[in-house]
Amino acid sequence: MQDFAESFAIAFTLVVQLDPDLMEIVGLSLKVSLSAVAVSALIGLPLGAALGMARFPGRSVFIVLVNALMGMPPVVVGLLVYLMLSNAGPFGWMRLLYSPGAMIIAQTILITPIIAALTRDIVERLHEEYADYFRSLGVSSAGCLGALLWDARYSLLTVGLAGFGRAIAEVGAVMIVGGNIDHLTRVMTTAIALETSKGDLALALALGVILLALALTVNASVMLLRGTAVRTAYA
Amino acid sequence: MLPLVTKNLGFKVNGAILINDLSMTLDADGVSVVMGPNGAGKSVLLRLLHGLMEPTSGTIRWAGQAPDEWLRRRQAMMFQRPILLRRSVRANMDFALRQRARGNQREKIDALLGHVGLKDLAERPARRLSGGEQQRLALARALALEPEVLFMDEPAASLDPASTVTIETVVRELKESGTKVVFVTHDVAQARRIADDIVFLHRGRLLEQSDAVTFFEQPSSSEARQYLDGKIII
Repeated sequence: MQDFAESFAIAFTLVVQLDPDLMEIVGLSLKVSLSAVAVSALIGLPLGAALGMARFPGRSVFIVLVNALMGMPPVVVGLLVYLMLSNAGPFGWMRLLYSPGAMIIAQTILITPIIAALTRDIVERLHEEYADYFRSLGVSSAGCLGALLWDARYSLLTVGLAGFGRAIAEVGAVMIVGGNIDHLTRVMTTAIALETSKGDLALALALGVILLALALTVNASVMLLRGTAVRTAYA
Repeated sequence: MLPLVTKNLGFKVNGAILINDLSMTLDADGVSVVMGPNGAGKSVLLRLLHGLMEPTSGTIRWAGQAPDEWLRRRQAMMFQRPILLRRSVRANMDFALRQRARGNQREKIDALLGHVGLKDLAERPARRLSGGEQQRLALARALALEPEVLFMDEPAASLDPASTVTIETVVRELKESGTKVVFVTHDVAQARRIADDIVFLHRGRLLEQSDAVTFFEQPSSSEARQYLDGKIII
């Protein structure tokens, strides 16, 4: 067990020297979470926008369901994906378990409801405003969907960043389906958990600092984007 | 597509009757002005005629034809509060033109913006414009569609004088070019300036429909007389 001061000093050195092991872990974290956000956006944006625009029986049940899925515990998602991808599971033949692919799938399932639900809320409000004009003009449903997504783009970027924040900070799901294998599926959160329990506080701290810095960057970006959008009145 | 004929038109929401048994005919010529005190059902009538809402009773016929999507695409509507996209002035024009598959017509957009005095503001975010500029953009956008019928729902309510003049000038030009304008206002002076015939509503009912001269000189209903005298009618 190192003492705290020493740990901080080593952590600082690791960060400043861009330690290769550290960078590998950070790189994989970013790769997995950014991929998950990209796939989630591809699914969640159109799904949320359609849900915000359309009126059909059972719509409110559907909305409650999507909203409820926002709060899914990561470990439960991890367990479900594990069952699907394990050798005995229906997708076992894909041999994805304990690979970055499995981690991307788990995080995608985790954050798609978040992106869909937040998109639904934003698009629904915008659609209420635009509906009369679109109807008067005779815009097709696909045309409405595209126009609403485009006009809400600044708000939707913050939705994407919210999804990214959730993905990068999540530990339970990637631990279960990734297995925290060194040089293969070890990401920041799983590494922190492992190194802390091993007593190697330096690496855990260094990763913690980077994770915090990332969270700060994400939040600052959100603020900056909103500010720009309001200033130019495109929002 | 004219004349426009309504028969026993009615519109109810949660038991409140907003349009009551309204039968009228609007001819192809001239500017028809819908007048009446606030809450008379002027906007509701316009939205029913344009097809933004379905009547709960009665019928609307355009030259004998029931309203549909295609008839609506030959019309345009300006709202009391202009609905502008969160884009530049030019992009707002472009979006409207694309819905009619007319593509990007830079010269046409420039000409229309020039016509309403917005040429220098083409690249500005539309929602950063003043109230008058926003309504003039909505006007240019409606003109871009080259509608056969233009519905205008109090477009000049609480606008600056210059914008009001622009809007009224365009209304006169449309009339000369043969476009039917249906204009809602509760501004008597404005109605006198632009109206060829008047539809006077009160509490969802049609009280009077006549040519403008007759309406302003000899209104037949006591409500219209009081209204023109500037009295509050309930």
